[in-house]
Amino acid sequence: MKHIAIAAALAGLLGIGLFLASAETRPRIEESEKPPTATADDMAVRQTLQARGAYLSRIGNCMGCHTAQGGRPYAGGHRLDTSIGTFVTPNITPDSETGIGHWNEDDLWRALHEGKGRQGAPLYPAFPYTEYTKVTREDSDAIFAYLQSLPPVEQKNPPSEIRFPFNLRPLIYIWRALYFEPGVYRPDAGKKDPWNRGAYLVQGLGHCNACHTSRNPLGASQGGLLGGGQIMGSNWYAPSLTSLQEASTADWPLHDIIQLLKTGLSSRAATAGPMADVVSQSLQHLDEQDAHAMATYLKSLPQSDPRSRGVAPPLTEEVDKLLARGGDIYKTLCEDCHGNLGQGRPNAYPALADNRGVTLASPVNAIRSILYGGYAPVTINNPRPYGMPPFAQILRDEEIALVLSYIRNSWGNRGSLVTAIEVDRSRKGAQ
Amino acid sequence: MKRLFLIFLLFSALAVGASEILAANAPDTMEERVKPCIVCHGPEDKKGRDAYYPRIAGKPQGYLFNQLRNFRDGRRLYRPMAVLLEGLPDQYLWEMAMYFASLKQAFPPPEPMKAPPAEIELARKLVTQGDPARNIPACVDCHGKALMGTTPFIPGLLGLPRIYIMAQFGNWQHGGLIRGQTPDCMSEIAKKLTANEANIIAAWLAAQPVSEALLKREGPAPKLSDELARRCASIVLHSGQPQSQ
Repeated sequence: MKHIAIAAALAGLLGIGLFLASAETRPRIEESEKPPTATADDMAVRQTLQARGAYLSRIGNCMGCHTAQGGRPYAGGHRLDTSIGTFVTPNITPDSETGIGHWNEDDLWRALHEGKGRQGAPLYPAFPYTEYTKVTREDSDAIFAYLQSLPPVEQKNPPSEIRFPFNLRPLIYIWRALYFEPGVYRPDAGKKDPWNRGAYLVQGLGHCNACHTSRNPLGASQGGLLGGGQIMGSNWYAPSLTSLQEASTADWPLHDIIQLLKTGLSSRAATAGPMADVVSQSLQHLDEQDAHAMATYLKSLPQSDPRSRGVAPPLTEEVDKLLARGGDIYKTLCEDCHGNLGQGRPNAYPALADNRGVTLASPVNAIRSILYGGYAPVTINNPRPYGMPPFAQILRDEEIALVLSYIRNSWGNRGSLVTAIEVDRSRKGAQ
Repeated sequence: MKRLFLIFLLFSALAVGASEILAANAPDTMEERVKPCIVCHGPEDKKGRDAYYPRIAGKPQGYLFNQLRNFRDGRRLYRPMAVLLEGLPDQYLWEMAMYFASLKQAFPPPEPMKAPPAEIELARKLVTQGDPARNIPACVDCHGKALMGTTPFIPGLLGLPRIYIMAQFGNWQHGGLIRGQTPDCMSEIAKKLTANEANIIAAWLAAQPVSEALLKREGPAPKLSDELARRCASIVLHSGQPQSQ
């Protein structure tokens, strides 16, 4: 019965989708005439535009998705696992066959602002146009000028593998009707410049929302803006930027926020996993003004209700015994770097005592860090970061659960006990 | 009550003071920075639950650098290595390789070879002369007359445990240790060997003592000949630079 209902609903939605598809007009853009020969002045203007575009592309981290590990920059081929299938990112170098060499400014604008391909077909929101739509036309044109100045790379990437029924394009029209509203960022007249600039970067180009807001099964943002969520297709949780129990910076001085954005490390927190990538690929390049603006906006975000940290166990004799076993593992493998009081080392190893990252209700980030370790982000100011070893090959699931339960309940920390099943899920599931 | 509160304050002040004193910076050394490696790659070869972790101290810098890049970029598959190295630039990997290459290597004692004299002789011949009729080059051609490696990219073969060498042969025979590389010299060579030949070569190599003189040798190992470097393009480019993708 349930199946029939779903099938009927799907058919209905498909119908609407088809209707919307025919209703949306295909944009036609006149081929502009060949520009007259460039003068020296034009060249200078062009170069300034490209430099601006290079900066903006970094802040939007186009490269992060449009470059495969070890691949040529911007040539695509990066695989994005999501709940509806695997996307393979396209080549956005100006190669005319396999890249976007035949695009013009309007084509990029249409993609960023309207979420449509060159022929007007709607794009999957794996490309975060729900955020990029806030980007100004001026910035879009600068990014285009930069992309077109890149060396063309001939690289044909394999097609994305989207599962049925999500591979039916009409469904995207429904999705768009429900969840997408095009519109450039409108400054709040009641706020000062840095705040508005920060909001523009966080909500638009920086697309922080793409990870830090939870998503429904259809991949649309839900819940509070920047309220935290599991990152699709991964075992990472992007913490809430509005909860003081998670990654809100409301009680931080601005310079600590700026330091975290630009280096991935501060005395108050350290970045790991996807956020470490964002720091090294993108945020470290923020100029002083933009870093200040972003920090100003992040600090001002409204406070949401604190999320539950999960129920910390009452410290019965049995629990104490369990934690003591975790403590033994900690002494052998963790204490050397993180310290006997979980105090860490300020320039290298994050403190674990009073670390909001380790007491999150969802322990996935800490599990993942113990399983696979990793280095802090490489940045201009920190070209040789320190790192954490992987323990996946050394510790069993139960051992990781024990040591993490100990960390979550020592030196003043309180958090729920971690189970071997949770560790196993991180080991086996999507990465 | 007031006194109790004061004592509490004092105590917490002390606690803060103590943790501040203890939270010292980590030493600014490469040794500290490669700590994540030595959990597995200590001074001795180690057998883990899932894999064999060889010593990497004293191996050629170029060889280590290539392997680091292969792991990072998914050409050599081992998840903990791949994730650990994610996002690290070539420059940093090069410096890590330099650090491990500079460490003096401690070798395990030779493992006596238990085999009939004919097999020992066959192994010696394959190692030192190869089998020209089957187009199998001698180990010494690339790995150096002393079998202790050639600069910049070829590792030494002595002082390695027999099972480690056997495992490498197994990998090469089944599709190659490094994916997607053509030509993959060691894969081609290993596939020409019979299972028994691979085993006795491994046993023979593990049975050779590492001469003390070699350990004290100053300066770099001998250089790989240009002709062989060309033939084995999976290891070096024509320019002599490390391989790229």
